[in-house]
Amino acid sequence: MKNGISIRQLEEIRAGISQTREKDKPCITVCSGTGCHAQGCGEIVRAFREEIRKLDIEESVDIRTTGCHGFCERGPIVVIYPEGIFYEKLKIKNVAEVVSETIVNKRIIDRLLFVDPVTKKKIVHEKDVPFYKKQKRVVFGNNGLIDPTDIKDYIAVGGYQALVKAFRDMTPEEVIAEIKVSGLRGRGGAGFPTGRKWADCRGTISDTKYLICNADEGDPGAFMDRSLLEGNPHSVIEGMIIGAYAIGASVGVIYVRMEYPLAVKHIKIALKKAREYGLLGKSVLKSDFRFDIHVFQGAGAFVSGEETSMMASIEGRRSFPRPRPPFPTQSGLWGKPTTINNVETWANVTHIIAKGADWYSKIGTRDSKGTKIFSLVGKINNTGLVEVPMGITLRQIIYEIGGGIKNKKKFKAVQTGGPSGGCIPENMIDLPIDYETLAEAGSIMGSGGMIVMDEDTCMVDVALYFLKFTQEESCGKCVPCRIGTVKMVEILTRITEGKGEEGDIERLENLARTIKTLSLCGLGQTAPNPVLTTLRYFRPEYLSHVKEKHCPAAVCKELFEYRIIPEKCTGCQQCVKVCPTDAITGAKAELHILDPLKCIKCRACYEICRFDAIVGDAVHHQVQTENL
Amino acid sequence: MTNKDYIDIFSRFNGEEGDLIPLLQEIQEKFGYISEEAIKNISRFLKISENQIFGVASFYSQFKFIESGKYTIKVCMGTACHVRGSLNILDEFRRNLHVEADETTDDKLFTLETVNCVGACALGPIVIFSGDYHGQMKIKIVRELLEKYKSKNEKESETAV
Repeated sequence: MKNGISIRQLEEIRAGISQTREKDKPCITVCSGTGCHAQGCGEIVRAFREEIRKLDIEESVDIRTTGCHGFCERGPIVVIYPEGIFYEKLKIKNVAEVVSETIVNKRIIDRLLFVDPVTKKKIVHEKDVPFYKKQKRVVFGNNGLIDPTDIKDYIAVGGYQALVKAFRDMTPEEVIAEIKVSGLRGRGGAGFPTGRKWADCRGTISDTKYLICNADEGDPGAFMDRSLLEGNPHSVIEGMIIGAYAIGASVGVIYVRMEYPLAVKHIKIALKKAREYGLLGKSVLKSDFRFDIHVFQGAGAFVSGEETSMMASIEGRRSFPRPRPPFPTQSGLWGKPTTINNVETWANVTHIIAKGADWYSKIGTRDSKGTKIFSLVGKINNTGLVEVPMGITLRQIIYEIGGGIKNKKKFKAVQTGGPSGGCIPENMIDLPIDYETLAEAGSIMGSGGMIVMDEDTCMVDVALYFLKFTQEESCGKCVPCRIGTVKMVEILTRITEGKGEEGDIERLENLARTIKTLSLCGLGQTAPNPVLTTLRYFRPEYLSHVKEKHCPAAVCKELFEYRIIPEKCTGCQQCVKVCPTDAITGAKAELHILDPLKCIKCRACYEICRFDAIVGDAVHHQVQTENL
Repeated sequence: MTNKDYIDIFSRFNGEEGDLIPLLQEIQEKFGYISEEAIKNISRFLKISENQIFGVASFYSQFKFIESGKYTIKVCMGTACHVRGSLNILDEFRRNLHVEADETTDDKLFTLETVNCVGACALGPIVIFSGDYHGQMKIKIVRELLEKYKSKNEKESETAV
């Protein structure tokens, strides 16, 4: 393999792998994404290996640590093949039983199965779990099947077939045409047609061209790119090589944020392997095409996700955006034509070339083709990553896949598009999800964060949260964004502290319009969106903060106080124990008393009370003192 | 940090302008923070002014200019964690440690930090305590964690004696 392999050799390797792999051989797959890692999957894997060694059945069972399955809430997740038996929240103490019962005796262990929260029925197979059933896992499909650190696993499931097809059967122009026909649009959020971007870049004459994979997933609450890079890095690399072939680029950069150590590790392993196999390097698949990819780790600046800022960062400067044109496809990294696409876009390219544009364009809506991965998080039962066809409604995602709102609370809003997006209220959740519909609702598709909020979420606080974020991350180059966001944060802070004045809401709207119109880059142009959408759909909540000095959701600390409802309190002393400031007193089985002057509103008692006996009310004592 | 340490790191780079950020990352990885001396040395190596290097380094939140405590506590401030009450978790750490975010306790044991999002949103609110992920954090666990690491440190210093 020293000098790489040709197309024919790759196919031979693929045939060889599938010959040595028995289809019916039991395989224990353990999800090893960051989510399951945090829940101790590492020890689970070790325990399985130990147990299998003890029983001396190493020859007849495989163990595989796979990429993220997406259902992070239920981790650590273990799926047993060939049957596809789905065990959730597995603990070390269950390992021996799983091996002896399920692997050896072929019996299913009932109590480790997933229980459908709606029907209360136990579900055996992964594909029948409602969370997965309504999804269409194209890009994510192989995540749970392959070991991301083993290139052979990827080749076994058809990996690098798309590259072979592009190389052998298609000219670069034909590849671009195929991407254009597929209707693929940028998955980073803005939705620019990928094929058009590539054609522009191909059309620019230059001795060197660059290609960048944007993995600076900065939107808080979004982690699909992380999961793809961790779980199936070769699918992204393959897409990049195809892209490089199409536009004629010789150097690729994966710009990945430093907060994703596991993704960086896996992508580096994958690149090393791809080089060994001659899929990257001086002659890709023994052709005269030359292409290699480097990893660049971001240093923690949200604005770096903007394309011109990202290039400044790679060039060793501060992440400052610059005006366009010239667009990166004409003058990008080091002044050369550059194509920059998001992780998910690159992974989509692989599937489009492999299965054809016709197949791809049948998924989705008229103007938004294919699937989109969302990270479904917040106050929802089934949190995790979901891949759905474009055009699905928010209701289907939240209720059919997400299993509804946590703790039987009331749904309030869903936030899409991160700090650049907006909040969509309950009466709009039957909207189909595509680029245009979300934009009309005042939000954006964004990279795919979908944060579900319940009645305990204060919309003014959410708006302030996002604005503080963009204000801190504003690079400071242009005035509307630098000064404007600070002023908006000041007003919002005032409102959440009960010092809101008449006219503040109008002032916010005015500032928002100015910042949107005059900012240099996408960060500033979209920064006011969270404020504008919450004002549009939740204005009464703002008014209640400003006029009545009350936070109805009991979040803004100056605008509510906790009270114990005597009829509901059972005197269980849970809240007494948990209170860090001894604000709650009361003997066992007697009514507890909460001293509002000692209370720091840390919410610990509210969280722990099982009887809903603690409520956040409008502030009484302050109002009284003011009246004196 | 000796001259040899710098030479070791510099030898892996070509000395181009684009090396600046990876270089700063390596130096911080090895020494925990970017010292004045480090900036002087980079300036000589890359032939860029110290001013410009500090300008770049201070722009990015990754780079630190003072030494951190023994254990670093990162409280995730991502949206998913926020709506699940991460601010209350941060407040509880502040109250117990008597420091603000980005500060280190007087005994140099704990550094409290906030991060924008670690991408483990399904497990929010999340805290990364000395490299270990703690999902679904509760206010009462804050004190338990601090006690755990305090006694861990005591044990370590005992064995060191």
